[in-house]
Amino acid sequence: MQKLSRQFWFAPLLILAGLWLLWLFVPLMLGVKPVMLWTDRLIVLLLAAVVLLVAYIRRKAPLREAWLQVFRQRRAMIALVVLCAFIVIGLLDSIHYRKPLPRSSGDAVQYSVEVLSVLDAVLERLRAREEKTYSAPFATHLYAKETVTLPDGRQVRIYPRLTHAGRHLADPQKDKAADIMRTSLQGVAGGVLLGLSLLLLLTRWLAWRKRQAFLSCWREIWRGASEIPWRSIFLTILIVIVSISTAWALSGKYHVFGTDKVGQDVLYLSLKSIRTGLVIGTLTTLVMLPFAIALGIMAGYFRGWVDDIIQYLYTTLSSIPGVLLIAAAILSIQVYIANHPSLFETATDRADLRLLALCVILGITSWTGLCRLLRGETLKLREMDYIQAATALGVRHFTILGRHVMPNVLHIVLIMVVLDFSGLVLAEAVLSYVGVGVDPSTISWGNMINGARLELAREPVVWWSLIAAFCLMFTLVLAANLFADAVRDAFDPRLREQA
Amino acid sequence: MFAYIVRRILYAIPILVGVNLLTFTLFFVVNSPDDMARMHLGMKRVTPEAISKWKQNRGYDKPLLYNSEAEGAARVMDTIFFTKSVSLFAFRFGSADDGRDIGHDIQQRMWPSLAIAIPVFIVGILVNITFALLLAFFRATYIDIWGVILCVILMSISALFYIIGGQFLIGKLLHLVPISGYDTGINSFKFLVLPVVIGIIGGIGAGTRWYRTIFLEEINKDYVRTARAKGLSELRVLFRHVLKNAMIPILTGAVVVIPLLFMGSLLTESFFGIPGLGSYTIEAIQSQDFAIVRAMVFLGSVMYIFGLILTDISYTLVDPRIRLS
Repeated sequence: MQKLSRQFWFAPLLILAGLWLLWLFVPLMLGVKPVMLWTDRLIVLLLAAVVLLVAYIRRKAPLREAWLQVFRQRRAMIALVVLCAFIVIGLLDSIHYRKPLPRSSGDAVQYSVEVLSVLDAVLERLRAREEKTYSAPFATHLYAKETVTLPDGRQVRIYPRLTHAGRHLADPQKDKAADIMRTSLQGVAGGVLLGLSLLLLLTRWLAWRKRQAFLSCWREIWRGASEIPWRSIFLTILIVIVSISTAWALSGKYHVFGTDKVGQDVLYLSLKSIRTGLVIGTLTTLVMLPFAIALGIMAGYFRGWVDDIIQYLYTTLSSIPGVLLIAAAILSIQVYIANHPSLFETATDRADLRLLALCVILGITSWTGLCRLLRGETLKLREMDYIQAATALGVRHFTILGRHVMPNVLHIVLIMVVLDFSGLVLAEAVLSYVGVGVDPSTISWGNMINGARLELAREPVVWWSLIAAFCLMFTLVLAANLFADAVRDAFDPRLREQA
Repeated sequence: MFAYIVRRILYAIPILVGVNLLTFTLFFVVNSPDDMARMHLGMKRVTPEAISKWKQNRGYDKPLLYNSEAEGAARVMDTIFFTKSVSLFAFRFGSADDGRDIGHDIQQRMWPSLAIAIPVFIVGILVNITFALLLAFFRATYIDIWGVILCVILMSISALFYIIGGQFLIGKLLHLVPISGYDTGINSFKFLVLPVVIGIIGGIGAGTRWYRTIFLEEINKDYVRTARAKGLSELRVLFRHVLKNAMIPILTGAVVVIPLLFMGSLLTESFFGIPGLGSYTIEAIQSQDFAIVRAMVFLGSVMYIFGLILTDISYTLVDPRIRLS
């Protein structure tokens, strides 16, 4: 046991086991039925991989040093905080369950077919408040005129009041601006309070780690003297928390981003889209990574006919234009799903399988670049002295691959993974427009843009869905791009020499 | 040279066979023609007669790989694989679901695609190289740092928003050009301006950054230091030496896409209603016209391989150190 606990994977496994127990028992207590979608399972796998990787990196000095170089960059850390906010929302949206239906006594419990997530529960106030159709951000009246019967029996066509926004205002014309101001001030104040107390806790932890007095640690951070740019991190955390809390306060009384065609709150939709974007950006890499790494280093190491076959494979795949290959594959899968309706318990299951299929296909089209890079690098590595020595000593091929080649190409894998992420998130929107993206019932930025783009022709213009999707997508992709740049600078030795 | 080109073309054949087998598997093995027919005719209440009629109309009523009822060569020839997949090698694309000849459609629609893709390609490269040279000239100053950040910001905006934003701003608010549509001859100019401009702007972020790294890589080499040591001005160094030597990596990136230009841009063409190959493909995907999708997949791979061969040839033309072997 003593020896076990020194292994780097021991602590992470303990954490994961704890989470698994939680996942088993909490739903039992709440009386809901936990649902594990396919993408959820892969997300758990991904999380486990990340946790193990972090533990591994902490033990290896060169890797730790490279990551420290990333952490010292202000821009990268700001991006990382924003990314973390998105990831938290995405993870909350990945814990699914089904609510029990109200039952007559004695029957077995039946569960609703609607699959909800923890995020849905948190955002219940947004999800449940549906209007009839479009309404502008912060509007109190509907976008379209309706025939309303007045108390005295006359019928008039007016813009009716919204059922869930601004009901508390006696005279919306007069009171609205002041009320929005007051509510957002409350939100900001709450956010600042919450944020500051979180920052105090964080400083407490930092001071404990550095064995420093709390006050001197706090002062060092705000003077910007710390090695890692904690001041920028703190400010970003504060801004993120304040904007979330403001949006939270306002969304209780208004539709902050308006409502869409069927009256759903656009803020809710754009938050739900985060999971779809993250899943496509990360799971695609997760499914393609084993193939790309294995084939890439095998081609470079063994050369000869193995190399020929693998090269033929990736040249063939990369010669097909990506969109067309994806379209061809998704069309086939659509036919398959349509012809086998009995395989899926709920509509969410079906949409989830299509999301997963999209990830796999995107993975198939995007592994070729990584594979080619790894092959080239391995060709160089196999001529190195330490690998020659290992061969001479009679070490088995696969041991050499695992122990000597793999760790030395991992930086390329890492760079490609972070660089690919933003491209994949952007690709989702384009594919949804082409009609071969995620299932139409899945909430995603692509589907939001697709639904909203025709509404620009209306008078007055319905712009809010588009802008909401744009803002969130842009923030995520920009943060990912900035972070990826920092990672590449830190891990690519060729670039480091130039700087 | 000639022998090299012939050899490369021969190498291309197994790749095209692979592409062909892959599309064949996707379209005919994963889903049988019966599945496709049911999908097209609507899922409910489809009679077997309707399915067989649908299959007969499109020539899908044959066996997949081997026709045991036929005689002689027809055992292999009279199959779906031969009529639908092998015939692509002769550029016989067959007919679409609405009965039109795909080969004829492609010939008609390639011109509007080229009318957009060629200006976007040429002007885009010039603009990107100009900006990249500018950033390389001001390297490691605030202009460079903020220029790169601006590039990252431009890269983070989805192509959809460039198009939607441009259409909304120029077409709807300012009424400078029509929002979408197409005309022949000189009249087409006003329809083409906006898509071309948007295509160029959309590519600036990624392009400038890419060329900037190429220039910076060259700038750190010994011959550049020598040129500076000789007392050449920085501008002269940039244009005479760096630009000239950076043309080799630029060429690799550029030449390979030239043949693909003719496939058109899916998004631009469908948003602006331009009857090119890009919108042709999108319409085919949306109406699930498998024959067109198959033809475009094949054509796309042919063009890509053609681009690779062109790249290799152009290498030898600009860099005498590289020999074809």
